[in-house]
Amino acid sequence: MMSGTAEQLGGGAKNSRAGLVSLGYTLLYIVLIAVAILQVFPLVWLLFFSLKNNQEVFNLPPLSLPMNPRWENYEKVWSAGNIDVYFLNSVWITVVTTVITIVLGSLVTYAITRMKWKGSSFVLGLFMVAMMIPVHSTLIPLFSIFNKLHLIDHPLSLILSYVAFNMPITIMILLGFYYALPREVEEAAVIDGCSVNRVFFRIVLPMTGSVIATTGIINMIYNWNEFIFVNTFISSDAYKTLTVGVQNFIGQYTTDWGAIGATLMISILPILIAFLFLSDRIVEGIAAGSVKG
Amino acid sequence: MDKVMSNKWIIALYVLPSLLLILAIVYIPIVLTGYYGLNKWNGIGAMNFIGLDNYQALIKDKLFWNSAGHSLLLAVFSGISLILYLIIAMVLSAKLKAVNLFRKIYLIPMLLSSVAIAQLWLKIFHPTNGILNSLLESIGFANPPAWLAEPSIVLFALFIPILWQYAGFYILIYYAALKNIPASLEEAAKIDGANAFQIAYKIKLPLAMEVIKVTIVLAVVGSLKYFDLIYVMTDGGPNGSSEVMASYMYHQAFRAYDFGYGSAIGFFLLVICLIVTWIIRKLTASKDTIQYS
Repeated sequence: MMSGTAEQLGGGAKNSRAGLVSLGYTLLYIVLIAVAILQVFPLVWLLFFSLKNNQEVFNLPPLSLPMNPRWENYEKVWSAGNIDVYFLNSVWITVVTTVITIVLGSLVTYAITRMKWKGSSFVLGLFMVAMMIPVHSTLIPLFSIFNKLHLIDHPLSLILSYVAFNMPITIMILLGFYYALPREVEEAAVIDGCSVNRVFFRIVLPMTGSVIATTGIINMIYNWNEFIFVNTFISSDAYKTLTVGVQNFIGQYTTDWGAIGATLMISILPILIAFLFLSDRIVEGIAAGSVKG
Repeated sequence: MDKVMSNKWIIALYVLPSLLLILAIVYIPIVLTGYYGLNKWNGIGAMNFIGLDNYQALIKDKLFWNSAGHSLLLAVFSGISLILYLIIAMVLSAKLKAVNLFRKIYLIPMLLSSVAIAQLWLKIFHPTNGILNSLLESIGFANPPAWLAEPSIVLFALFIPILWQYAGFYILIYYAALKNIPASLEEAAKIDGANAFQIAYKIKLPLAMEVIKVTIVLAVVGSLKYFDLIYVMTDGGPNGSSEVMASYMYHQAFRAYDFGYGSAIGFFLLVICLIVTWIIRKLTASKDTIQYS
């Protein structure tokens, strides 16, 4: 905004005004950099204290590393705190639920955008309204339903919940893409006698690779970070995922800063790595998924 | 062609798995929440139908209204902070370099799990060794507060990481909306002699209004049902001073084993969220003209 003012004034071609322009831009950059520092600084501090022992945390300046960064903190918590088990649970549950959500979501989206049936807009409405329902309002009944089905403390309770609650946003992102997809090839294939299943799996699904990548990464982030369902449904260490595992582990070692830091770093590292390589897709998915509802 | 594309068996095959799942995991539970709320029930034994007793108790429950007030305060703060995010997004859209990098950096906290963020901020707020009090002491504050232990400030202290986590999300959405405004409009206004503030206020703001309204819904409803960081960081304490509606519900059901009363709170929460969404949507009842890609 301010740059616009400066730019206009700069149109006068006087030196002082050119100076104002660059001053304006400098101010804007300072604002942006200050916000960036606010957003990242806590994470940098986390990295630093994950490489210290308590003495070093308490005595060294906050943003300094000890002579020998204590990578052994990471080794220690990886095996000692069950963190390896939690990590693997998070990986497989995230992958399985993401794959199921995308396959089921794609099938629904295809049926809604391509096939002719009564109630299709009503069904779509059901999926979209589900997005507004607070997870917490379903928590007590879900607990008692899963309890009756003997699925409490069973990973299936998580898989079913994650797939159901991520389905609406998945369909919403897929929907825009499916509507925009040209239909000539599909129509020609049907006229040539190709079955609907073949059209979907051989023609449509391969064409939606890019939007599947977007919904996939968004699903993975949500599933990886999910907390309240695991915390409520799962009690044994063998099935806990990283979020609840980290929470319990830290509860037991509240005084060992290095161990806590290393645990937290391990839990966020996969997301940070994914972000490094897939930030465009993540940005796209979050923008597309959040606003259109 | 039409016959193939309206094959009932295939439609059922494609739609039913997801539809049944979402009915079972989302819709049936919210009906059950309402029903459980009419019963006295400890979650295990027999249910005892007591009519509206739980809801009557809820209306008189000071602790509940206390937590509802906290949720509302969070909604107000989240709503007000949207102004700040909008300003930052306007700065971002002022044709600066590295804009893409900035908006991605801003988004990082939103991608991390609430547990990791909560544990990190517990350390940041740590009374003696946390980075916040270290910084405050180094610039001359002799006795910085124990942020999360003071009933009068704990709630506001908790708002900081909550807002920190979601800032990048809203900035991203606003930036996308502002980018969608045709550059020609801004050019024309400039030629007519409008300054940058006029352009921001008279052109950009009205054109981004649809998106702004959606973000108000997201921020307000998201705040009313907020749970994660508060549950992990203070668990509603000290002494209920940071309890919110969702955490109060959780405590009633899974700590006090009053599933009936917890369900009544859950149902109330659902109704509030839907009503608020409906009211804000009503106020914004014009068609969505802004497309994202």
